[in-house]
Amino acid sequence: MALFRCEEMALYQLFLQSEAAYNCVGEMGEIGLVQFRDMNPDVNAFQRKFVNEVRRCEEMERKLRFIEKEVKKEAHINIPNNVPDLKQVPAAREMNELDNQLEKLENELRELLSNQEQLQKNFLELTELKQVLLRTSIFFQEADSTRFAAAARDDREHEEGEALLDVEGGASGGVAGGGTNKLGVVAGVIKRELLGAFERVLWRVCRGNVFLKHADIEEPLTDPTTGDSLLKCVFIVFFQGEQLGNRVKKICEGFRATLYPCPEQTAERREMLKGVEARIADLQVVLDQTLSHRTRVLESAAANLPLWFVKVRKIKSIYHTLNLFQVSQKYLQVQCWIPITDIPKIQAALDKGTSDAGSSVPSVLSQVPTKEQPPTFNRTNKFTEGFQTIIDAYGVSSYREMNPMPFTVITFPFLFAVMFGDCGHGLIMALFAGLLIWKEKDIIAAKSKNEIFMMFFGGRYLIFLMGVFSIYTGILYNDLFSKSMNIFGSQWAIPQDVAKTLAGYSDNTDTVELDPKDSFKDKAPYPFGLDPIWQVADNKLDFLNSFKMKLSVILGVMHMLFGVVLSLLNHTYFRKPLNVIAEFIPQVLFLGGLFGYLVFMIIYKWFAFDYTNSASAPQLLITFTDMFMLSAPDDELYSGQYTVQVIILLVGVACVPWMLFVKPTVLYMRHRNPAAGLTFKNLNNLAGDDGEGTEGLISNDELDRENGIGGDDHVISPDTHGAHSSNGNAPGAGGHGGGHGDDDEEFDFGQIMILQAIHTIEFCLGCISHTASYLRLWALSLAHAELSEVLWSMVMSIGLSYDSVFPGILILPPIFAAWAVLTLAILLLMEGLSAFLHALRLHWVEFQSKFYHGEGHLFTPFSFKHIVENPLED
Amino acid sequence: MGAAFATFCIWILMTVFWALIGVAVPLIIPEKIENRRLIQTMLLLTSVSCYTFWLCIFLMQLNPLIGPELEIRTAQAIVEEWQS
Repeated sequence: MALFRCEEMALYQLFLQSEAAYNCVGEMGEIGLVQFRDMNPDVNAFQRKFVNEVRRCEEMERKLRFIEKEVKKEAHINIPNNVPDLKQVPAAREMNELDNQLEKLENELRELLSNQEQLQKNFLELTELKQVLLRTSIFFQEADSTRFAAAARDDREHEEGEALLDVEGGASGGVAGGGTNKLGVVAGVIKRELLGAFERVLWRVCRGNVFLKHADIEEPLTDPTTGDSLLKCVFIVFFQGEQLGNRVKKICEGFRATLYPCPEQTAERREMLKGVEARIADLQVVLDQTLSHRTRVLESAAANLPLWFVKVRKIKSIYHTLNLFQVSQKYLQVQCWIPITDIPKIQAALDKGTSDAGSSVPSVLSQVPTKEQPPTFNRTNKFTEGFQTIIDAYGVSSYREMNPMPFTVITFPFLFAVMFGDCGHGLIMALFAGLLIWKEKDIIAAKSKNEIFMMFFGGRYLIFLMGVFSIYTGILYNDLFSKSMNIFGSQWAIPQDVAKTLAGYSDNTDTVELDPKDSFKDKAPYPFGLDPIWQVADNKLDFLNSFKMKLSVILGVMHMLFGVVLSLLNHTYFRKPLNVIAEFIPQVLFLGGLFGYLVFMIIYKWFAFDYTNSASAPQLLITFTDMFMLSAPDDELYSGQYTVQVIILLVGVACVPWMLFVKPTVLYMRHRNPAAGLTFKNLNNLAGDDGEGTEGLISNDELDRENGIGGDDHVISPDTHGAHSSNGNAPGAGGHGGGHGDDDEEFDFGQIMILQAIHTIEFCLGCISHTASYLRLWALSLAHAELSEVLWSMVMSIGLSYDSVFPGILILPPIFAAWAVLTLAILLLMEGLSAFLHALRLHWVEFQSKFYHGEGHLFTPFSFKHIVENPLED
Repeated sequence: MGAAFATFCIWILMTVFWALIGVAVPLIIPEKIENRRLIQTMLLLTSVSCYTFWLCIFLMQLNPLIGPELEIRTAQAIVEEWQS
């Protein structure tokens, strides 16, 4: 079934009529279940058939991006975010329509843009001119006005008046003698920050013979091209003589100051000012109208923008895919991987595409027999997707091998919870993830770009399960923010005589130790979880450490045995009885015998020893190591222990050569003696080859399974029983293929032997090291409990330790805040990530190394889904 | 005698509970539910792992070899709060 193994895939050949090709490929994109193969791998991207169409689409995308940029400049226009996908293939003619539409829109926008710039430039000039007129009037009025009235003259920008000279003469520090008596004036506007340099240069170049006056313009002016606001000031330069005038003008040019004609007569200035103001008002109206027109155009474009993006992307991807096809006169053909169960759906989509295109010739799907390993396709829903992702992160499962995902759904949160084990923290975690799940539709629609948040969001179901299991293990560890709950009443009682003596003590740090003989006699254990008395006991860790270590070993051995059993399922599926005999059985005997015996001893000791014979209770670790050293135990767990242990050890030791030699020997003998091999092969030779499509697949499948036994070891891969080239299929009776396969491939006995040796060593040493590795379950849960306790006793206790209300009520809230923040940061985030990582490692290494190969490649179908989900993304 | 009976009662209660969740419920899930297999696997694994965990804690406390070491003040508090 498709849950425990990936989907069955087959390689198909697709023939499409040229007219129908576009629509059919579009329909394939909508259903997203077909992975196309590139039939022209040697062809350059520029030489493919549909290059022009792709180029057109890219042009359209460019136009869309330009429009988008323009829309974004106007902050108040909203681009709708969630566009419902119509699940429609854009028709081929839509491309032309869209192209024209976009071109028109782009041209219009560009025109508007340039007009607007021009208008704004004019506006700027007029504004500056107005400012110049306003300010310079002040300058002129400072001079003697009577002199000016007499000296009104010409059409150039000269100012007469020796009076001016006299008035300003002292200020300018000396006037060059000679030349005319006319004073030239140059007025303009310059950026404020350049003014100082401008003044200095003027002074130096004209040797102090010019006079500069300036005044700031208060309001900042906007630069039409860049849109920046600039601070400028008005300046006016008085000089005498033409040469100086030219120099001044050149300097002004150099500093990019804009010069304006400035009439010296007050009346003229006033008239000019009025004219300028009128023009400014007109220009403002025109500008406003242009802007509002532009806004309207952009608003109408913005509404359609996401839809257009999606359409263009879809069209472009269809043409990209069409480029993969092998093109001939009347039809296009391609090879593609298809999940077998979806063939009717795909056929229906193809028919729809053909009918949409108005073509009468149906598209043809025909199977291609192949020995290639198909891609791995694991169908997931929003719940299982998170778990499949973390499995695939280590390695995509090989084709048709057991998928660890359904088991990981529960074992991962469970092992996490064993390490995390706190009710309160688990509750917070579960509530947080529950909130994410509750609001998931809104969060998906918001399309946040925050990567870290999206990572947490993607794992919301995982985090929720982790939280729920943590609540359970927290109740069992009796740990609620480092406090225990006493629900059923502690089973440990302080006996009467001890209680009487207690009254005598006062504020003593002495301890009293409760003997189980007196305090626990004839009691049932605390029904659900750890007895609450341990939390307040000084020797809590002595008790808990021993327990948690034993628990870790028990859980570890169970997990690993489960992994080995999954490998059995793989062997039976791929029909490799040799692996069952030569690998599975010795593995189980080794792991189950030696470490299963350890588990047995742990559980037996819990039953067999209590306070009456605790003095003679043997230490299990020492017993275990003594077993390997074949020394007789000092204290016996049960009678006959020594003999049993010797037997188990011998069986375990015997498993090693079993794992090492049996399989290579059998393979070697088979290679030498093919006729004496399995009778399957003889049958196969008789049956001969069948030309039909489906049979062809089975034939390859059987071929590979047969060769799998003999053939897969020829592969240069680190694991020996890899399902490397098996197109595993449901076991069919009487396959084809043949013994002749063996002759074609080389038989490298050395290679096989080495691989088998590596595998054996890996397994045997791995058993010991992995079992010890599971002790991290103990280590992390201890660390978490200790951190939690430290945080409480060093932070929260302070807030609760005040006797009277008054200082207490002020101190408790900030202390609680500190405690809460530290709990979230250290215990939830840091410890949570840490436990997550370790649980992940336990799955990836300790669990999966028992059965998982992970050498597959992912199925990447041609699908519009990703494009639709990110319409405005580049 | 009382203790052994109480122990047995607690044990049988928990075993039956997890057996129901892990074995009975998966069997009665109707065929047409979409992710039937997945739910069955999840229930089975949950019950196995949770039951094992509970069982280990329970068995460990069955015959304790050491007792808690309490500070005097804690012991006094226990006598007052939990035992009267």
